[in-house]
Amino acid sequence: MNRPRVAVTGIGIVSPLGFGVAANWAALAAGRSGIRRITRFPLDHLRTTIAGCVDLPEDKPGAPLSSAERVERMAVLAAEEALATAGLGTPGAFPGPLFLGMPPVETEWPQRLELVRATGGDASYRGITLAALSRPDIHDRFCFGGIGERLAARFGTRGAPISLTTACATGASAIQLGVEAIQRGEARAALAIGADGSVQPEALIRFSLLSALSTRNEEPERAARPFEKSRDGFVMSEGAAALVLEDEGAARARGAEILGFVLGCGERADSFHRTRSNPDGSAIIGAMRNAIADAGLTPADIDYVNAHGTGTPENDKMEALGMRAVFGERLPPISSNKSMIGHTLSAAGAIEAAFSLLTLRHQLLPPTINHDEPDPTLGLDVVPNVARPARVRHVLSNSFGFGGQNVCLVLGEAA
Amino acid sequence: MKEREAWITGIGLVSALAEGAEAHWAVLSAGASPRVDEDSFAPFPVHPAPVLDLDRQIPKKGDQRQMEPWQRAGTYAAGLALDDAGARGLVSEMHMIVAAGGGERDVALDEAVAAEIAALPPERAGAVLNERLMTGLRPTLFLAQLANLLAGNISIVHGVTGSSRTFMGEESAAADAVRIACARLAEGRGDVFLVGGAFLGARWDMLLLYGAGGGLWRGAFAPVSARPGGGMVLGCLNAFLVIEAAEHARARGARPYARIAAVATDASRRAGPGAIRASLEALWSSLSGMVPAGPLAVISGASGAEPAWAEERGFLSALAPAVLRTPASLWGHGMEAAFPAHLALGALALARGAIFAPCDPADAGDAAPAAVLVSGVGHWRGEALGLLLPVEEGR
Repeated sequence: MNRPRVAVTGIGIVSPLGFGVAANWAALAAGRSGIRRITRFPLDHLRTTIAGCVDLPEDKPGAPLSSAERVERMAVLAAEEALATAGLGTPGAFPGPLFLGMPPVETEWPQRLELVRATGGDASYRGITLAALSRPDIHDRFCFGGIGERLAARFGTRGAPISLTTACATGASAIQLGVEAIQRGEARAALAIGADGSVQPEALIRFSLLSALSTRNEEPERAARPFEKSRDGFVMSEGAAALVLEDEGAARARGAEILGFVLGCGERADSFHRTRSNPDGSAIIGAMRNAIADAGLTPADIDYVNAHGTGTPENDKMEALGMRAVFGERLPPISSNKSMIGHTLSAAGAIEAAFSLLTLRHQLLPPTINHDEPDPTLGLDVVPNVARPARVRHVLSNSFGFGGQNVCLVLGEAA
Repeated sequence: MKEREAWITGIGLVSALAEGAEAHWAVLSAGASPRVDEDSFAPFPVHPAPVLDLDRQIPKKGDQRQMEPWQRAGTYAAGLALDDAGARGLVSEMHMIVAAGGGERDVALDEAVAAEIAALPPERAGAVLNERLMTGLRPTLFLAQLANLLAGNISIVHGVTGSSRTFMGEESAAADAVRIACARLAEGRGDVFLVGGAFLGARWDMLLLYGAGGGLWRGAFAPVSARPGGGMVLGCLNAFLVIEAAEHARARGARPYARIAAVATDASRRAGPGAIRASLEALWSSLSGMVPAGPLAVISGASGAEPAWAEERGFLSALAPAVLRTPASLWGHGMEAAFPAHLALGALALARGAIFAPCDPADAGDAAPAAVLVSGVGHWRGEALGLLLPVEEGR
């Protein structure tokens, strides 16, 4: 089938490493960590007290933004940068649909407690529900469609905004949906965003109770250790990335600078377990192979892999198994951005796709930092500790989610 | 390349009224009365959750324990759809798009913690909150209520692994899920899709969200057309469809209920009066050329919320369909499950060559439909229309 190539003409990034593409790439190339001790809320009784945090001007001491507001704010910042770069459409009138990868959002403790106080101390759900009858802001803020609606209004995207989640693969799914819409000819352009702002007490505790998080609290910058022997879990983080996707022909016709291509998307769901991959690796192997095939490439064409690389013992073991199955003896280098930015959850697939495009532009592999002692069972070239110049034409970016949702993207250089 | 037709070959439907496509058709055709619970969540009437024999669709107790009722109900309905389509053998290459809402909260824990810390100074409240959640939250609860884990559980329990996507965004999420599944199917990116949603409205966390700002009907139950000022009565609705490429269905001898000719969606900003109606009229203009001669039945997704319902009525009065049905008056508003459930009813009507009994005093007409238009106007945002047509070799 003759599908158009999908170009990327705008990139925007917000992460614990900074605001904007330039600041993020400089920190990533320098191997800097964005992980630190949390200051946003009290840490008493917590097993994990570190995270990657993006502090926003709207965060007030003792009254940080809710996750929903944080997602929206960071998505706006990333989208504004991507749109400014792309120079497509006019402000407030983007000529294509919005695909927003985001976490589920809900009424949080500050709002719940505020409603309890409004009732005069009735903490029952009946009481707070009655107190909320005069609060349309709570509905509009925390319904799942709210953030997408406001982004669509702000940027003037076309049609119904699509908000979606595939757990830790969410950002990649958003890009995939945008690519498909363009390839089908539904639109010449699409705005794909992945955003997450879950560094708040209950979300941290929930991941902590699943024993998923690193507890290396005393040295935050060294806690995220993907593929390293002493890795003990991922580090929660937050951020956003936005890509302006465009039909290649349309982008060339308007003289836009093409920053790179999304050449292929592959997905595969796992039926094994809620938090673990099938030990045979079939789903992640299938997703990687599907992406490479969708790009019209073979494994030998992949020069570098942007890892899912969470730093949990399980993920990294399975990802190494997948690498060997897909690439055989000729393993390309693989590194994990999460060693520096932590796991940005719903944003990760989009942020790491953006970093993959920057890897192609700069012909420089970002490192996996904190690599003191390799895990001898993995046998991977993880670009340890220091960035490495390399000839890179095609990058495979992996995203594997809780719930068995796996999405891989193949990014190509602008040529 | 000629676009491939999208057929509905399987229906999984569970509501307070019945379980399964056949049972719903029988109950609705006989003129059902709504099942309403006015007491448990007063002043908000709700339609109660159906009681499920979970072992029939989720055979492993371990799987049942790893879910809360919303995920169980959706996984159950998805299994019904697979059975109805005879599609158990197709699951490994089947693609899935689920429209999901928020998962359950631990209501008792929330109430106890909120009572304890609401009056404390903020720093102290934060410390106690951490302590109570660290000891009070069940570790598995997170996954048992995570939005994308309905799809995850369908993969685990039923083996659907072609792909898995979860859309969020209330009513619209489901309409766009069907739209995108049909588009992928038409272009050859997949032969069989499982699409649907689940919604359990008889829960305080849902009532808090949808009641905020006054969106819910209060007091004695009334059907959608008899709620002055508007308001939703939340239902418990679970609906999944197996949507299949026509040639794929033919090749395996599967008989369809109906063809999904088109799904059109949009989201107007609803900046002023008339915006919703204008949006529906624009969507209709993209579909109307496909409508054959003969009676048109509209299955309205009206939630009861205003001004959505008034503007949809304006659109419908100009359209003047031969038949109008408003199922929310019988089974409540089903949010993410509403659009697929209403497609299911429309497909059943086309397959039977008949229409079920009125659901609401304002419903009209009883002609056998030549086509069915399903509307999905979101209670807050999103407008959708789906057009169903009969299939010659339908069941």
